[in-house]
Amino acid sequence: MAEIHLTDLTKSYGPTEVLHHVEGAIKDGEFIVIVGPSGCGKSTLLRMVAGLESVTSGEIRIGDRRVNELEPSARDIAMVFQNYALYPHMSVRENMAYGLKIRKLAKAEINRRVEEAADILEIGPYLDRKPRQLSGGQRQRVAMGRAIVRDPQVFLFDEPLSNLDAKLRVQMRLEIRKLQQRLGVTSIYVTHDQVEAMTLGDRLMVLNGGYVEQFGTPIELYDRPASVFVAGFIGSPAMNFLPATTGPDGVTLPTGGTIAAPQVQLDSVLLGIRPEHLLPDEAGEITIVVDMVEQLGANSLLHGTLGGTDHAMVASVAGHVSAARGAQYRFSVAPEQLHLFDPKTQKRLDA
Amino acid sequence: MLKRVHFPTSPLPYLLVAPQLAITLVFFIWPASQAMYQSFLIEDAFGLGSEFVWFENFQMLWEDQHYLDAFLRTAVFSTLVAALSMGVALILAGFAQRVVQGAMVYRTLLIWPYAVAPVLAGALWVFMFNPTLGIFPYFLEFFDIDWNHYLNGNQAMGLVILAAAWKQVAYNFLFYLAAMQSIPKSVIEAAAIDGAGPGRRFFTIILPLVSPTTFFLLVINMVYAFFETFGIIHAVTQGGPGSSTTILVYKVFNDGFVGLDLGGSAAQSVVLMVLVIAMTVVQFRYVERKVEY
Repeated sequence: MAEIHLTDLTKSYGPTEVLHHVEGAIKDGEFIVIVGPSGCGKSTLLRMVAGLESVTSGEIRIGDRRVNELEPSARDIAMVFQNYALYPHMSVRENMAYGLKIRKLAKAEINRRVEEAADILEIGPYLDRKPRQLSGGQRQRVAMGRAIVRDPQVFLFDEPLSNLDAKLRVQMRLEIRKLQQRLGVTSIYVTHDQVEAMTLGDRLMVLNGGYVEQFGTPIELYDRPASVFVAGFIGSPAMNFLPATTGPDGVTLPTGGTIAAPQVQLDSVLLGIRPEHLLPDEAGEITIVVDMVEQLGANSLLHGTLGGTDHAMVASVAGHVSAARGAQYRFSVAPEQLHLFDPKTQKRLDA
Repeated sequence: MLKRVHFPTSPLPYLLVAPQLAITLVFFIWPASQAMYQSFLIEDAFGLGSEFVWFENFQMLWEDQHYLDAFLRTAVFSTLVAALSMGVALILAGFAQRVVQGAMVYRTLLIWPYAVAPVLAGALWVFMFNPTLGIFPYFLEFFDIDWNHYLNGNQAMGLVILAAAWKQVAYNFLFYLAAMQSIPKSVIEAAAIDGAGPGRRFFTIILPLVSPTTFFLLVINMVYAFFETFGIIHAVTQGGPGSSTTILVYKVFNDGFVGLDLGGSAAQSVVLMVLVIAMTVVQFRYVERKVEY
């Protein structure tokens, strides 16, 4: 168990810099999720912590050790890979014992740890099978088992659930979370799935194009996204964005209507409204002309455009709504649930 | 109900495979059947007539100490050639796989020896090890080794093994490299994180995972050593000194075309044919087992 400190971390492949000055302090026992679209550098960052990629500049510290120059084996970490990376020629038991044998642990101790991990993960009956005789979910558990028998300071997860079907993914997600809380091991988890990120992480690091957009708790990211990118990435369906101009009464929409909003210094802003924050209101200033309705059961998603313009809008309405194409709905939104961004810097504006 | 697709019969498919069939018949089936037929005949001393003798030629082979010696020699020769060439290829592939920059250059250079004709490969090694002119005997002198493969049977055997193995390294290297590259990188990385150093990773992860390739190559290399090393031996030692490098396939040539014992030589070819068929069967039956990742 250890803290992890990333200081001014940069990674370049030749002249191309793919990670730019990443900073982050991870507390002991914390579950950190690194999330971002594909190609944002999240896996590279994880592999740098693991020691599978070299560090171009900056520093990684695990506990009180600088690990930049250490081999992966010397960093006291365990990693779960996307394709599980089990050793195909070894039984489940041998897979889990491999790292322990290298550490020259006593045979009795190895057996004790393997059995214990097998108990926790409920893979006891499969200990003598080969990985090819297991289902995807079982392989996933073996990969987890191989990580936990090592009793490392840090767990690293590289999109471990992306090869599982949707139902199993939700189940394994909960299990990983429970396991991590029970073991209290500092963990870094990489995913592109924002729901996975929100449900798993104590804190989320949102990466985009090699830059850290925001690093905070899921609720902070949802309530106060630091940039347009985070605002659009966290939350489903994604936030609506509208250009607006500011005035003493609030912000003026492209349709001409004015709604109450926090005061900011800029004249023109990018206005962000989450679909679930649009409240049906006969007197509301926001009109949506419906193109299509998605019925999700508990709620309905109205896809359409802001009345009289071509700005796409989505609203999430509780219950069943069956609106015809072209129908108009009016909504209002509470001022504290509006997000204002600078159109140039894409950063959040605060009053 | 089972439905079958019926195509109208056409001579075209037969025409298309006809050239290949003709080649197989003329160059493989016909000579093989001739050899089988001839193995039942004994020629008279002047080559004017022959007598049908059933299995007498084979019987004579089993009673001929020279033939049994050649059998043992072939076993030693092929085992050493296979072990040496596969061992070297495995090590080279292990290193080549780790190379990132200039990988293509290394790989191309390592594949070159395969393109050298056996006789030329033999000639190269003869030059290098020529007792009076060669560079290696000169070096070996510093270690008080007196090299003369024209006189020393063991040295001659060593030289043909070296030449034959050298030529086969490239082929084995290609297969080993392909096998290693099909191992998912993350498996190797997982082993690295588990604390295994490069050596341990090689022996506990890579080697077991390329074992199907090892088995396949073992059969291929045995067949190579048994049959395709004729050119090298002919160029390097011509089976000598004495008969110390006369392996089975060379003895077939020697007894048939030099000794003119056509029946005995044909019988030896038939024995070799049975051996190669047996090895091919083994290969087809067991080589198909693959590793699943």
